[in-house]
This record gives sequence, structure tokens and C-alpha cells, in this order.
Amino acid sequence: MSESPEGSASVGELVLSLRGISKNFGAVSALTDIDFDVHAGEVVALVGDNGAGKSTLVKILAGVHQPSSGTINFRGRAVTLPDPRAALTLGIATVFQDLALCENLDVVANIFLGNELSPLRLDEVAMEMRAWTLLNELSARIPSVREAVASLSGGQRQTVAIARSLLLEPKLILLDEPTAALGVAQTAEVLNLIDRVRARGLGVVMISHNMEDVRAVADRIVVLRLGRNNGVFEPDASNQDLVSAITGASNNSVSRRAERLRAERDQAREQHP
Amino acid sequence: MTEQGNSAPMALDRADARVKHEAGLGGAVSAFLDRVRSGDLGSLPVVVGLVVIWTVFTSLNPVFVSSSNLVNLLFDCSTVGVIALGIVCVLMVGEIDLSVGSISGFASAMVGTLWVNQGWPVALAIVAALAFGALIGSLYALLFNRLGMPSFVSTLAGLLAVLGMQLYILGSTGSINLPYGSALVDFGQLMVMPKWVSHTLAAIPGLAMLISGLRTFARRRAANLSTPSVAGLILRVAATTIGLELIVAYLNQSRGIPWMFGLFVGLVVAMNYALTRTKWGRSMTAVGGNREAARRAGIKVRAIYLSAFALCSLFAALGGVLAAARLASASQQAGTGDVNLNAIAAAVIGGTSLFGGRGSAYSALLGIIVIQSIASGLTLLDLSSSLRYMITGAVLAIAVIVDSLARRSRASHGRA
Repeated sequence: MSESPEGSASVGELVLSLRGISKNFGAVSALTDIDFDVHAGEVVALVGDNGAGKSTLVKILAGVHQPSSGTINFRGRAVTLPDPRAALTLGIATVFQDLALCENLDVVANIFLGNELSPLRLDEVAMEMRAWTLLNELSARIPSVREAVASLSGGQRQTVAIARSLLLEPKLILLDEPTAALGVAQTAEVLNLIDRVRARGLGVVMISHNMEDVRAVADRIVVLRLGRNNGVFEPDASNQDLVSAITGASNNSVSRRAERLRAERDQAREQHP
Repeated sequence: MTEQGNSAPMALDRADARVKHEAGLGGAVSAFLDRVRSGDLGSLPVVVGLVVIWTVFTSLNPVFVSSSNLVNLLFDCSTVGVIALGIVCVLMVGEIDLSVGSISGFASAMVGTLWVNQGWPVALAIVAALAFGALIGSLYALLFNRLGMPSFVSTLAGLLAVLGMQLYILGSTGSINLPYGSALVDFGQLMVMPKWVSHTLAAIPGLAMLISGLRTFARRRAANLSTPSVAGLILRVAATTIGLELIVAYLNQSRGIPWMFGLFVGLVVAMNYALTRTKWGRSMTAVGGNREAARRAGIKVRAIYLSAFALCSLFAALGGVLAAARLASASQQAGTGDVNLNAIAAAVIGGTSLFGGRGSAYSALLGIIVIQSIASGLTLLDLSSSLRYMITGAVLAIAVIVDSLARRSRASHGRA
């Protein structure tokens, strides 16, 4: 696991700034009055329990859903994101949890979907070359880019989705559970990649349930609970603080168990240094 | 070849040692067999079906394969074939248009009324009919995009409404005869290519394959990508050219290749290019495969649906105009009966999936040849249309069963 470079948090311009974002689905308030900032060269982890509104927030930023109220500022300008194309054009790339790949198209077609080279006479050779370059940058293990995505494993699909998000040289990348389907080596690769993307000065928003992954790369951890902001933490914040912010209780079975496990681990570490 | 030499520079796409890459001619054959086994049938079922149908009909009545009968077959194929080409467009995005028969009938009625009764120039009447077709398709797209009306229902409503309009403008006379000797009727009934033209045209596909194949080969090698086998390419080019030239030579023993069929094939080739080699075609396939993924990739999904429906109705109207030229009349019967289902059946029999996202413009060509072969063969046997309907129905059912089974097999073999 790589250490995050010190002092990179809150350096650089404010890429994205949300103020008072709310989203209602009928009677359900999925998000209420969310404030959220991302700077250039910063990895912000978005954590929260199931139903906390993480994916909804990402979908608003990707232009899939429209917020019921609130303002979005992207690189100092107030913007609206009426559709995914608008978000992509601004430079917001998204890797969705359900990946949003077309299973009937091959890997190259999926990576370039919507951004094909020479629209009237598709340049398959150039596209295939660029696809391999992107995949190799990710140290991806894809058997063939001319196979339909239907024949790929979950991890391979994840890699294709991430490669696709990098195609347009975005300013901000949203990753919804990027490591959930990956093996150990691929998880490490994706975390390395996130580091590399940050080093290139991009803003990264990463949703994850895996606290270890979050601590490995995040510069800030933003907690959502039941659709509201519930605290911002440094990556070295204690597990108990995070768990209680996520679950909303400082003293419940989850936090007690987390505390107990941590104590056991510390004990074990003392016994076997 | 799973083992690669360490010393040789590895192609960019051959670095993964776990993947089997077939090389050379034998490799191409075994890769093809692999694909078929896992359910990626392509146009194999229709080719096999065609061979069976032709063998049966020829053994029952040798006139079936006579070149004069085949030339007639090509004339008949062109009208419904153009309609089937439109059906391929809507099936690609996973929708359907049930009103193509009515639209073709109305288009022929429009040409008859405007040209013969109103005295418009024939070209203007045709353009008006085509514009009307595109308009109807746009209306379906509007209902689908804005109101969420399933295309099955909106086009079923359109079937009745447009049929009503056809009967209305034809009025009490019920049919309008198009003048014999006019260019339009000649085009639909008589005009065939001179021999040298047909032979030249038959050589073009092979030449185009050769040039684009060699160019791709050079570019892929320059880009350090694996290259397809040149021997295989030359074999394909030779087989295509010789096959087409033989067919043309055989048909030229009789009247020759109809210009109308030439128009149909030209449209098929153009649509095939548009569907496989342009951004629009890629978007059509994507929308048919996974609409939400396409939307999130920034594709204007509504515009794609609009183009699919409008093109389908446009082709339907063109098919209607050609049918009017073929019959030298615009009647109340035009576009009714089995036109609708023959067009849909042709697309499906040819290998375009009813479930969207899979298909090819060539399926319209292959499928309509199957359907017209059955019709022509049964006519030669002097069998009634009742039998023709039953047999065409059975063939359609078999085609859809093959499609469904192949789809299931593809899913279990990890292919789309």
C-alpha cells in the first residue's frame, strides 16, 4: 500500500464545490443540504452506510440525476449538469458502480463509446492502439480488446470502465466502489492508479466501503449519513470515530466491536512486533 | 498459439500468455468453429436454410433455379427487401415497427395520386412520399421519447391509421394504374444492367476487401498490433470475387441483374457501412445493447431512436414506391397482407436479433431471399397462398427459435 504524499490536501484550486445540494425521489429525501468540496490533486473518500446517498451524489455529479435544489460550482463557475454529456464535456468522468458497459460491444468500442475517433470512418487501428496504451498504463490483464465485454470477468470489466474514464483527460474522476470487485493485485493497481491520477493534478472522488483502501489513498474522508453531511475526517482518524460517524452512534455494537477488534490487533502487534 | 518466443518483440495485443490466439489459415477455420459452437452463429443458419430450401425446390421443379426465375426472384426481393432494411434499423435499437406495410402502401398511393391524378413530376411525388415516411417515423420516435409509448403500440396504431389514409386518398376507384413505358415502371419491371456493368460491379466488393484489408494490415503492423493472415484475406477475396462473377454470369444468361436489385444491394452496403464503421452505427448498437450505459457514455439516446424510427419509415416508403413500380399500380391492396410480416421476418431470419444490439444490414438481403425463394418455389409448384403462409410462418418460428437458443448459448459461453 502506498503512502499518500504529505501536504497534498487542500493544495491547488477548488475544482468542485457543492453547496446545499438536495435530492428528493418522491417522498424520500436521498440527499439533504449537502456541502462538498474537491481540490485539484486531492483524493476525497466518500463513505457512509448503505442508503447514505453516496451513489446518488455521484450520479448528480455525473449528470445522471438532477439535484432538487442547491448549486454546483466547477472550477469557479456555477454549472448545471442536465445530462451525462454535459458532465463529460466539463471534464467530470465517472466510473459507475454498475460500470455501465455495453456487453454486446468489444472492449475498444466500450472505451471509446461516445468519443469515437473519426466519426464517419471509424479509425479502429488508432482506437485499438490507444485502448492498449490506456490498459497497459493500468497494468490491466485483458485477454483481448476485440472480445465482447460479456466475456470478461468482473475485475476486467472494472478495469475497462476505469480506462474509459481516463480517455477524455478529465479534471475530476468519480469512482463508485472502484475496488469492490477486484482481486488483491488489481486493488493495489487501482490504488496506485488513483495516486498517479492525483499526481497529475486531478481531483478524485472515491466511494468505498473498504476503510483500508480509503485510508491508503484518501486525503480527506467525507462521511454521509442518511443523506446529510456527518463530518470530515483526516485519513488517520480512528476507526471508532469513523464508524460512529457512519452509523450515527458513538456507542453501539458495531463501534464496540470495532473498538474490541482494534484493541486485540494492537495487543497482537505488541506481542509479535 | 499460446507460447510466444521471448526474443521476438511481442505485439501490443499478444502480451497475455493465457489467451489462445489462432494464427494462419487453419487458425481462422478453428476460430470460426469455436464461435459457432458457442452460439455466435452470424449468418450461418440463414445460409444453411437457403441451401436446404433451394435443394428442395429444385428437386421438386428444376425451373426454380433457372436463371430467368432467379432474375424474377431478384425483382421481387428488392421491394420488400428495402422495407426489411428499415426493420433492421429499429431492431438494432431493440424496438419494432409494425406499420411498415401500411406506410409502404400509403407511399405507393401517394405516388399514384400525386403523379398520375395530380400531374406532379414523378420525382417530386416520390420525394413527397419519402418525406411523408420519414415524418411518420419521427412521430413514432416523438411518442416513444417524450411520452414513453412502447413502439409496439404506437406502430400498431400507425398501422391502422396509415392504412385508413391510404384508403382515403385512393377514394372510390380503389386503384391507380401507373403508365407503362414511364421510367418508374420500367425501373420496376424491365431495366437490367448491361453485362459489362454487372461484371464490373461484381468485382468491386473483392477489390474493396483487398485494398482495405491490405491497408489495415500495414497500419496494424506499423502500430505494433497483431496482424490478420494475408493468405486468409486473399482466399476470402478470391472466393467472393469468383462467387459473385459466377452468379452474375449465370443470371446474365437470362435478362441480367435488375437495376432495382442493384439499388437494394447498394442501400444494404451503405447501411452496413453506416452500422459498422461510423459513430452513428456504434451508437445504434450500444443503445440496443444497453440503453442506460449508452446514455451515460454521453450518447444522445433520443436522437438515435429518432434516426432509427425515421430511417425505418423512410425505407418502408421507398419500398412502397418500388412495389408500385413493380406492379405498375397503386391499389388498396398495396402494403397489406403479408408485406408487413415478410419484412420483419426477413430481418429476423437473416440474423438480426429481436432483442436489440445484434444485427447486420446483410440480414435484410439474406432474409428476403429466403422468404421470396419460398414464395417463388411454392408458386412454381402451383400451391395456394394458404400453404405459403403456413410455411413462411414455420420458417419464421424456426428463425426466432435459433435466435433465442443462440442467445442462451452465447450467455453461457461468455459472449454477448
